[in-house]
Amino acid sequence: MAVAQKVKKPTVLRPLKTIPEVEVGICMGTGGIAAGGNDVWEAFEKGLAATDTYAVVKPREDKCEGSCSTLTGTGCRGMCAMDVLVDVTTRKNGQERTVTYGTVTPKMVDKIIEEHIVGDEPVHKWIVLSSEEETSHNDFYAYQDRLVLRHCGRIDPEDIDAYLEEGGYQGLYRVLTEMTPTQVHEEVLASGLRGRGGAGFPTGLKWKFAAEAKSPDGKKYFICNGDEGDPGAFMDRSVLEGDPHAVFEGMAVGGYAIGAAEGYIYVRAEYPLAIKRLKIALQQAEERGLIGKDIMGSGFDFKIKIKEGAGAFVCGEETALMQSIEGKRGMPRLRPPFPAQSGLWARPTNINNVETLACVPWIMTQGAEAFAERGYEKSKGTKVFAVTGKINRSGLAEVPMGLTLREVIFKIGGGVKNDKEFKAVQMGGPSGGCLPESLLDTRVDYEELNQTGAIVGSGGMVVLDRDNCIVDTARFFLKFTQAESCGKCVPCRIGTTRMLEILDRITEGEGQPEDIDLLLDLAENIKAASLCALGGTAPNPVLTSIKYFREEFEEHIHEHKCRAGACAALTTYSIDPVNCTGCRACARACPVDAITGEKKEVHVIDSDICIRCGACYDKCRFDAVRRA
Amino acid sequence: MAVAPETGERTLTLTVDGQEVKAIPGDTILTVCRRLGIDIPTLCYDERMEPYGGCRLCLVEVEGARGPVPACAAVVGDGMSVTTMSDKIFKLRKFVIELLLSNHPLDCPVCEAAGDCRLQDYAWEYEVNMTPWGWHPKDFATRDDHPNVARNPNRCINCGRCVRICRDVMGIGCWGFTNRGYETIIDTPYNLPLEQVGCVSCGQCVSACPVGALTHKRSRHDVRIWQTDKTDTICPYCGVGCEFTAQTFRDRLVRVTTEPGQGINNGNLCVKGRFGMEFVNSPDRLTTPMVRNEDGNLVPSTWEVALDRVEQNFKRIKEESGAEAFAGLASAKCTNEDNYAFQKFMRGVIGTNNVDHCARL
Ligand SMILES: Cc1cc2nc3c(=O)[nH]c(=O)nc-3n(C[C@H](O)[C@H](O)[C@H](O)COP(=O)(O)O)c2cc1C
Ligand code: SF4
Ligand code: SF4
Repeated sequence: MAVAQKVKKPTVLRPLKTIPEVEVGICMGTGGIAAGGNDVWEAFEKGLAATDTYAVVKPREDKCEGSCSTLTGTGCRGMCAMDVLVDVTTRKNGQERTVTYGTVTPKMVDKIIEEHIVGDEPVHKWIVLSSEEETSHNDFYAYQDRLVLRHCGRIDPEDIDAYLEEGGYQGLYRVLTEMTPTQVHEEVLASGLRGRGGAGFPTGLKWKFAAEAKSPDGKKYFICNGDEGDPGAFMDRSVLEGDPHAVFEGMAVGGYAIGAAEGYIYVRAEYPLAIKRLKIALQQAEERGLIGKDIMGSGFDFKIKIKEGAGAFVCGEETALMQSIEGKRGMPRLRPPFPAQSGLWARPTNINNVETLACVPWIMTQGAEAFAERGYEKSKGTKVFAVTGKINRSGLAEVPMGLTLREVIFKIGGGVKNDKEFKAVQMGGPSGGCLPESLLDTRVDYEELNQTGAIVGSGGMVVLDRDNCIVDTARFFLKFTQAESCGKCVPCRIGTTRMLEILDRITEGEGQPEDIDLLLDLAENIKAASLCALGGTAPNPVLTSIKYFREEFEEHIHEHKCRAGACAALTTYSIDPVNCTGCRACARACPVDAITGEKKEVHVIDSDICIRCGACYDKCRFDAVRRA
Repeated sequence: MAVAPETGERTLTLTVDGQEVKAIPGDTILTVCRRLGIDIPTLCYDERMEPYGGCRLCLVEVEGARGPVPACAAVVGDGMSVTTMSDKIFKLRKFVIELLLSNHPLDCPVCEAAGDCRLQDYAWEYEVNMTPWGWHPKDFATRDDHPNVARNPNRCINCGRCVRICRDVMGIGCWGFTNRGYETIIDTPYNLPLEQVGCVSCGQCVSACPVGALTHKRSRHDVRIWQTDKTDTICPYCGVGCEFTAQTFRDRLVRVTTEPGQGINNGNLCVKGRFGMEFVNSPDRLTTPMVRNEDGNLVPSTWEVALDRVEQNFKRIKEESGAEAFAGLASAKCTNEDNYAFQKFMRGVIGTNNVDHCARL
């Protein structure tokens, strides 16, 4: 092709000048930083400098003769339960090996430097992953297929050359040199990629609609939805923080496919680190001519603006998001017209989720077939799940579509914490549902999950054990949607409030015999009559909990009993005088001093003072604290 | 779709409640139904503005659609089949009304809007008596300091008509939504007095409010709406010729109201037309003619004396200087009938076209 001659292939401009003997990679995602990543970083910086041999160098600026080390801040690698995670790669005696340490604190750093980096003998007890030895956490990655998260936790997100070294912007290059816009959306359609923002709409088809739509002045917009409002979901944040260029590249490919020269990336302001890294990445990409005017000299313009959202859940809804970009109150509007016809500033607009877009550069380089090979039936590729709750290895796991919930929870997640009994998994956040043990063999597949009443949604997976009350969990999610309703339409604004009141009274021991029917009726009508999917799905957690755990609702209502002991009003704690050894552990644990008793004598709980937090119950080693 | 050969006008055919009807592309289900005389309840719909779709009362069933659709916004298509009432639709509408009543103050006996309240009408029509979830009346603090617009946010149903008419029709934006979810309330920016946020006192929001949340301040607790006589008339204030309804009680003008769709103004009015009416029954109006005495002072007189004086002088001037020496200027504070008679008099009796009216302003 003639164009191909003048289009400049993206290349690494600042190649590594150094292959250091020691590379230290520290998780500097929001999770890593929260766990103390900055302090660990400082400890390494100081400690390495003190070794003399392994002075820290800047790999793209300094040439290092002999031994030296590099320090890299990476994005999240998913094993968040074990933050701060630190990778140490050593190249000694012609041998390269990498081990990952977990829950690293500054105190541990000296030992790691002394024994491992200087002494070349890893500190085995702290290793969570290793290229050479079996660890109990190997399963965490063994079942994963990391394609969206391919760079997260590996490369420095603030260094565009690190992305380019991994083949970054080559997908866009291929698109600009070899493909027509139609070929692009056809390829995306062939990959089977479906929207990861919740609804699972085929991305290629969406692009086709926007490409075919006529704009009054030729302007079209391409938006990336990084609002990520689901409680418990943080995959988009991790991608934005750990691999921002992949999102820009995906947006530019999409912009080319639909004929948009302007893009917006909407990120909630509560993600300051993501915003900072996006800004750095955008500046670098613009400087290199990879985003902006005349990309790679191809004549294709694609400008990106970063728009900070004020953190309303409803602003993740596409029409509300566009209102918000326009400076209006984020309230969903009626569709049709769909954004593809009339979206931002009343122009044809395409909107995709962060994770959806992060798949695009991969598809454009590896091909649609490679993507479609993964997955199950109509759900292709991979999906990132945020596995949290009562689980051993909470974090982000990217799995091929079609794995079962059981595999994700027990293999990757390592099962329920403290070996407690699994009770349920809340799938898909506040729009999703609570599934029992009997449905654990359901596959993570759009269609299969929908049948259960839950959804893939944004990929939140909250694991509950027997100490979680189902009614209380349903109430938690409904409380969220109730509070986050935009207030525009009656069923959602008022209906969810009426539902919440009923759930409140059930958990407070004041449930009425007709309450379950009232809830079901409200839920059905709210779903049918709401304007947008927030109201349309808000009752799902309640509906699925009643469907699968009805007897727990009935227990609360008729027997005033909460079997999980989570509903304070329905729970009392007492001490069994037979088992009590008078060890005082419970009394020390009680935050309100409700427990009295001399050492080695039977203790007593004053139920007037007790706030039913259960601290004593968890502490007692003699099974003497009774919950009823 | 059919195309009329002479005019090129395109029509399409759809079925509404089993009845085949023609429509113009772009028509909504609601407009088609209203043309047919089929009643579809609406609260947030106001034909002066774009459809909003917030109240969910106008839901109807469309064959093949995934769920009920809002008639106010759904554009008709060729071959579409619409059902405007079914058990399901009745249930959903009743549900919406029940929800609205569940946090409504239900202070109808003292509400200005009683008798002219859509919510009251629909609650009656759908026989919503008590809600299954109890009654939780709202309790928002009220700022009510505007001379013309009375506010009671607890009666508000958040239909957003006031917000939209002020922003989209008036181009001002005094009202907006504040807070989220159940706490959402209509308010001025930073809860400032309405008069400080650019309000021009047009009362458009009052005309848009389907309930008693925004009402006429000046006629508060004056006369019930059903006790007044209603006369459709034209606003005398300016040359636009807006139509409105004058509500009178025992020959006293009580309030001026408009409906969307009324007149060339389509229910819109400005401050003068809507609120500038106190002069009509003002005790300060002249009730006896005044004539100047020898000292040049105006003194009360009789119609006979006054009209004689006018006649003499008019005749004299016309003889001396001709009809073109006259010019007549009429006032908007007279009735339309007075003004009509006046211009007739100037043209027919005096014989000049030099006649004008302050409405030219
Ligand atoms: C209440 C609500 C919140 C939503 N929040 C998000 C969000 O945070 N991120 C997102 O990508 N999509 C969200 N969506 C879905 C978007 O409306 C839209 O479908 C999506 O961004 C399209 O991208 P996709 O096709 O790539 O999934 C939300 C939808 C609703 C109804
Ligand atoms: S369903 Fe809820 S969030 Fe959606 S428009 Fe209605 S009130 Fe707003
Ligand atoms: S004040 Fe009236 S018009 Fe405004 S939102 Fe409330 S009910 Fe609607």
